[in-house]
Amino acid sequence: MSIHEISSPDPGSYRDLGLSREDLLWFWETMLKIRRFEERVQHLFLVEKKLVGPSHLYIGQEAVAAGVMKALRDDDWIVSTYRGHGHAIARGVPLKFLMAELFGKETGTCRGLGGSMHAAMYPEKGIVYATAIVGSGIPIAAGIGLAFRYRGTDRVSVVFFGDGAVNTGAFHEGVNIAALWRLPTVLVCENNLYAMGTRVDRAVAGGSIVRRVLAYGIDGYVVDGNDPVAVFIATSRAVAKARSGGGPSLIEARTYRLVGHGVYDPGTRYRSREEVEEWKRRDPIDRFRRVLIDHGFAKSEELEEIDRRIKKEVDEAVDFAEKSRYLDFDELFKLVYA
Amino acid sequence: MGSVNMSYAAAIREGIKEEMRKDPSVIVLGEEVGVWGGVYTVTAGFLEEFGPERVLDTPISEIAIVGVAIGAAMAGLRPVAEIMYMDFLQIALDQLVTQASKARFMSGGKLKIPMVVRTQYSLGRVHGSQHSQFYPSWFFQAPGLKVVLPSTPADAKGLIKSSIRDDNPVLFIEAGVLYKESGPVPEGEYYTPLGVADVKRRGSDVTIVAVSRAVHDALRASEILSERHKVEAEVIDPRTLVPLDTETIVSSVKKTGRLVVVSDDVMSGSVASEIAMRVVEGAFYYLEAPIARVTSPDLPVPFAQPLEREYMVSSSKIVDAVLKILGS
Repeated sequence: MSIHEISSPDPGSYRDLGLSREDLLWFWETMLKIRRFEERVQHLFLVEKKLVGPSHLYIGQEAVAAGVMKALRDDDWIVSTYRGHGHAIARGVPLKFLMAELFGKETGTCRGLGGSMHAAMYPEKGIVYATAIVGSGIPIAAGIGLAFRYRGTDRVSVVFFGDGAVNTGAFHEGVNIAALWRLPTVLVCENNLYAMGTRVDRAVAGGSIVRRVLAYGIDGYVVDGNDPVAVFIATSRAVAKARSGGGPSLIEARTYRLVGHGVYDPGTRYRSREEVEEWKRRDPIDRFRRVLIDHGFAKSEELEEIDRRIKKEVDEAVDFAEKSRYLDFDELFKLVYA
Repeated sequence: MGSVNMSYAAAIREGIKEEMRKDPSVIVLGEEVGVWGGVYTVTAGFLEEFGPERVLDTPISEIAIVGVAIGAAMAGLRPVAEIMYMDFLQIALDQLVTQASKARFMSGGKLKIPMVVRTQYSLGRVHGSQHSQFYPSWFFQAPGLKVVLPSTPADAKGLIKSSIRDDNPVLFIEAGVLYKESGPVPEGEYYTPLGVADVKRRGSDVTIVAVSRAVHDALRASEILSERHKVEAEVIDPRTLVPLDTETIVSSVKKTGRLVVVSDDVMSGSVASEIAMRVVEGAFYYLEAPIARVTSPDLPVPFAQPLEREYMVSSSKIVDAVLKILGS
């Protein structure tokens, strides 16, 4: 048990880390796909007024989902949150099903019964659950890990949560049991510095999230959550340890949500514009784009072509969602019990 | 087929054991379920027979107990989680109500949570306000969850087996005061279906619906009514609240024209209230008298033994209620 600070590797060493050009392009494309999807979601809420209800955007945090998912196998299971669009997209959930869920349509990932906060739930891709109660996914992921081990597999469960979750009882009970039973569970804390509007230093006693692992006797990783490669490296280590029976690890990915808590929150009441601007300069997508071009992994025309393709896919997703129907009310009664 | 005499605790134990022997996906977890064997002996001998992989002692950590059970159920196991006292279940209500009960629905029917949360209430055992609470009616408000509350050893065994086989989250509420009470249990394997009430006594003058421990008070009351007052009560135990066998209750009231509902919870918003309303909707024009509820009063459970006795439902309170609506 110890705390590992994973520094962002020099792009010159990406090949030595076993990352091919395709892998790097996958990071880029995945992050951009999340961004374009959510920019459109934001527009659909605020300008087109076609979406209703709560929705929590992942803009600025895309590198975490991309880095984590890259380190997983198809048969690993993920527990997501109400800020889950990015997790779902990085896991390969088709945009049209995700968008249809935001529209509440029958063709959505949850047949229109989950909405944005549960849209990431898509067991077909191993992203089995998405909860909107802060911290509650952690013991559930531990239980999935327990079942995986009980069956004699080397599958792992991964749970995402934010910095706000680390002060809940569910976090402490979940981490304790996962550590106590050495469950194959990877705990990914996306520390975006604010739980709604409460900055971590106003909420986390002791001043550190990752240091809490010391009390539970597990490994902790601190990583730049705006660098998909660094997140990938930390997750790969945590996953390898979990697969081989070494128990859980916690990854604290330090990142920033460039938008408000929810889609209607301008995100300016509790933080300064300067701070937001500062983090915009560390935008994971812009930054990775420069890396790809500067180090000869990709040409800008190639990336622009990817962007065009993604925008088309997003447009098609909206079209698909709008043309879909709602579930008949009578159908609801058949979905309560198995 | 014959029957054997068995305690309520032993019947639940046998039911779980049979399922564990048959199906390796059934595991148990909870506080003191392993080394101790369950504080009320329900899981005695489990650790020895099934080993620590299937019988998991947990820390005092109700959120983790229920949460882990949910995750394990999602991944294909059939966990039976024990929450030592129903009072402690409130710590894990997010997991039980907001996670387990909603997961299937809000996933559009994709998820399945085949788990049982066993718990017990200790009203009648002088356990005071924080170790005696019985509030099953809260779970009428948690569609997606099934609620089972057996009153006899035979029902307990058949119902725990059906609960384990059920593909939904099931809250299985035991009556602590009944653990040592014995009764006949059929030999051989059987399953008692969820959602089917049991008519514990036939009668034509009044219907008494009672749940869990209070069923025994209702049966004693019906004997007194018969012997001393020539009143023949029909006693119905719904056995499960969700699903609730409204039809059996309503048909009985159509026959008797009178209803007394008995439950161990406090009166306002009680199990008795819900059952009474269903009868109002289903058999109003057959009623020859107002419906009476016999429950605990709207008070926390008092500790002092005489006060607790007075607080609780009893056969004499049921007799009084019946005689009152009979106008005698």
